[in-house]
Amino acid sequence: MKAILKDKLNLLYEEISKKCELYLPTKEKGALNFKKFDGENEVDIESLQTVKSAKDFFFPQTEDMVNFKTEGKNIEIIDAREKIETYVIFGVRACDYKSFEILDRVFLVEPVDTMYKNRRENAVIFTLACNNPHASCFCKNFGIDASSPKGDVECYDVDGYLFFNPLTEKGAQIVNGLTCLEEVKGEDKVDALKKDITKKIEKLPFSNLDLSKFKGENLMELFNRPEWEELSEACLGCGTCTFVCPTCQCFDIRDFKTNSGIKRFRCWDSCMYSDFTQMAAENPRKTQMQRYRQRFMHKLCYYPSNNDGIYSCVGCGRCVKKCPQSLNIVKVIKKIGGEKND
Amino acid sequence: MQRLENAVLSKAKELLESGKVSRVLGWTKGEFCYDVSPCVFNTVDELKNFVYNGFCGANLSKYLINESKKEGKIAVFLKPCDTYSYNQLVKEHRIKVENVYAVGVECQGKFDIEKFYAKGVGFVASVEEGLTEVKVNGETVLNRNDVKLERCLVCNKKHVAGEEIVELNEKLPSDSDRFEMVKKLEAMTADERFAFWKKELSKCIRCNACRNVCPACNCTKCVFDNPNSEVSAKANATSFEEQMFHIIRAFHVAGRCTDCGECSRVCPQNIPLHLLNRKFISDIDKLYGEYQAGEDTTSKGPLTSFTKEDAEPSDAVGGNK
Ligand code: SF4
Ligand code: SF4
Ligand code: SF4
Ligand code: SF4
Repeated sequence: MKAILKDKLNLLYEEISKKCELYLPTKEKGALNFKKFDGENEVDIESLQTVKSAKDFFFPQTEDMVNFKTEGKNIEIIDAREKIETYVIFGVRACDYKSFEILDRVFLVEPVDTMYKNRRENAVIFTLACNNPHASCFCKNFGIDASSPKGDVECYDVDGYLFFNPLTEKGAQIVNGLTCLEEVKGEDKVDALKKDITKKIEKLPFSNLDLSKFKGENLMELFNRPEWEELSEACLGCGTCTFVCPTCQCFDIRDFKTNSGIKRFRCWDSCMYSDFTQMAAENPRKTQMQRYRQRFMHKLCYYPSNNDGIYSCVGCGRCVKKCPQSLNIVKVIKKIGGEKND
Repeated sequence: MQRLENAVLSKAKELLESGKVSRVLGWTKGEFCYDVSPCVFNTVDELKNFVYNGFCGANLSKYLINESKKEGKIAVFLKPCDTYSYNQLVKEHRIKVENVYAVGVECQGKFDIEKFYAKGVGFVASVEEGLTEVKVNGETVLNRNDVKLERCLVCNKKHVAGEEIVELNEKLPSDSDRFEMVKKLEAMTADERFAFWKKELSKCIRCNACRNVCPACNCTKCVFDNPNSEVSAKANATSFEEQMFHIIRAFHVAGRCTDCGECSRVCPQNIPLHLLNRKFISDIDKLYGEYQAGEDTTSKGPLTSFTKEDAEPSDAVGGNK
């Protein structure tokens, strides 16, 4: 297998970044997030998760869509979409990789979102198996295998080496072109690591949730469950859970007046917000309970009903870790998801 | 600390059973010891999920804005720092006091779960709490100070509100200076300071957790949420926008922020927001004499009252140029 000694990883980053832009988990001021490699990054591929998920690459928090320039009665329309060239995202976990499939089903169906598509198609994704899954991880429930994270190239951190397993042509092309890699016999070690990860995942407290109730046919029953009141009681409506979530996909489109015209941009929105979806006049979901219910019903019931039963949660556990008041999707699943949740 | 939890729980039971209150605002068990949530308990039976431990950092006072407007009396448990927020909210006429029965609860400093992880404990299944030490998962002994929230490390607050206090041990004092980092920032050059805040605030994802949790942020409709204000907060388009948000917020809570530390506790990006507020607090102390917001419910605040002796804008306590 192609591999590199872990203490030589900087050589790898440098070589990739000479070919194209490289983004990787970087520690800055005590928070881990994907950052562009500039030679100075405090790269951290040991910590499990970035605060913001990898969805930002394809669906950034804000982006310009189009500009309008007005001169007298003339309006010039200027395409504001960025030109994107091939770039590498390094260190994506299995859950985040799976979230791309969920987003694809929203952004790549007709009418295709060209801004998303542009970024998505030009990305080469190096995933990383999860040596130390966290107690808040519950990816297993969604058919995700943290020991085989998929993507263009799978990476395995074992025995002082990082091993590479290219899965797609574009992945192989990059890996084969890297002169800093060496050929190391690692299949056995990688296999042992995978088994170890699978064992760890099996033992996680949330690995075997009962989601059986979450079906389209139970929609009304679930919607009307009285438990939503207590589940949402402490919710601040802050939206942290939606902004760190790799599958939350709501956005708002607005116009900015600039000195010479108008800038149309889109930005993330959150169903947890009181000014979300100002339909005609106002948000039809008037209470925080209704907004809270929307977030989880969308993930566990509405989305799967429209998408062959695929849930729009990948069990990354970010909302579990980051909700200021510790309200989260696991508590929802345990309360109303099925009989086998104790 | 199990004894303390039992004492608080008995108090909750007693208040409900005697009919003194019809509801109790406290904390409810999560899946683990560390993921507790604020909760209103309506019956003694519901209290089976009641919890009071080192992870009850959440300040309950802000929930009273809505809860105190409902019918019947509600009991609320307040840690020392929470009592200041409570008083401040009462002062601002945001809480209907006649519907509240406030009970102070002992606090020896609350935990930051991330600090357990940083100490190498991957999963916190249980914590036996002592006054100065904690035993994690029945084996690892850690210094309590090493796993406390930042705000708790510098806390010397005493209960300033409450009809009664449930306390088994006196609170251990802190000898740390809460303005230490503010002083460091003041000693920086303007460029260094700007670089510091730029790095910190560029992490902000504008999730609004800091604002929504803040007891001083109690406007019915925040200007940043008002589509007619033309702020377009969600655009969050430039780093300048993030700075604007934080500067406006810091100004708006100046003189009213009690330094309860909730903003820094909840920030998903670990931005030390308390430093902005503490800079204001230390400036107010210098310009108007020592002042602690929330110490009482009636006095006039330094920035909300006018006297001829008030500091001029030019007196501002600037840092280095
Ligand atoms: S569930 Fe938690 S993170 Fe989400 S909006 Fe409510 S308080 Fe914020
Ligand atoms: S709902 Fe929570 S656990 Fe599920 S994908 Fe979103 S952040 Fe992750
Ligand atoms: S949820 Fe699964 S894939 Fe994601 S970080 Fe945790 S173990 Fe890895
Ligand atoms: S909680 Fe943190 S990330 Fe969220 S808006 Fe406040 S400063 Fe920004």
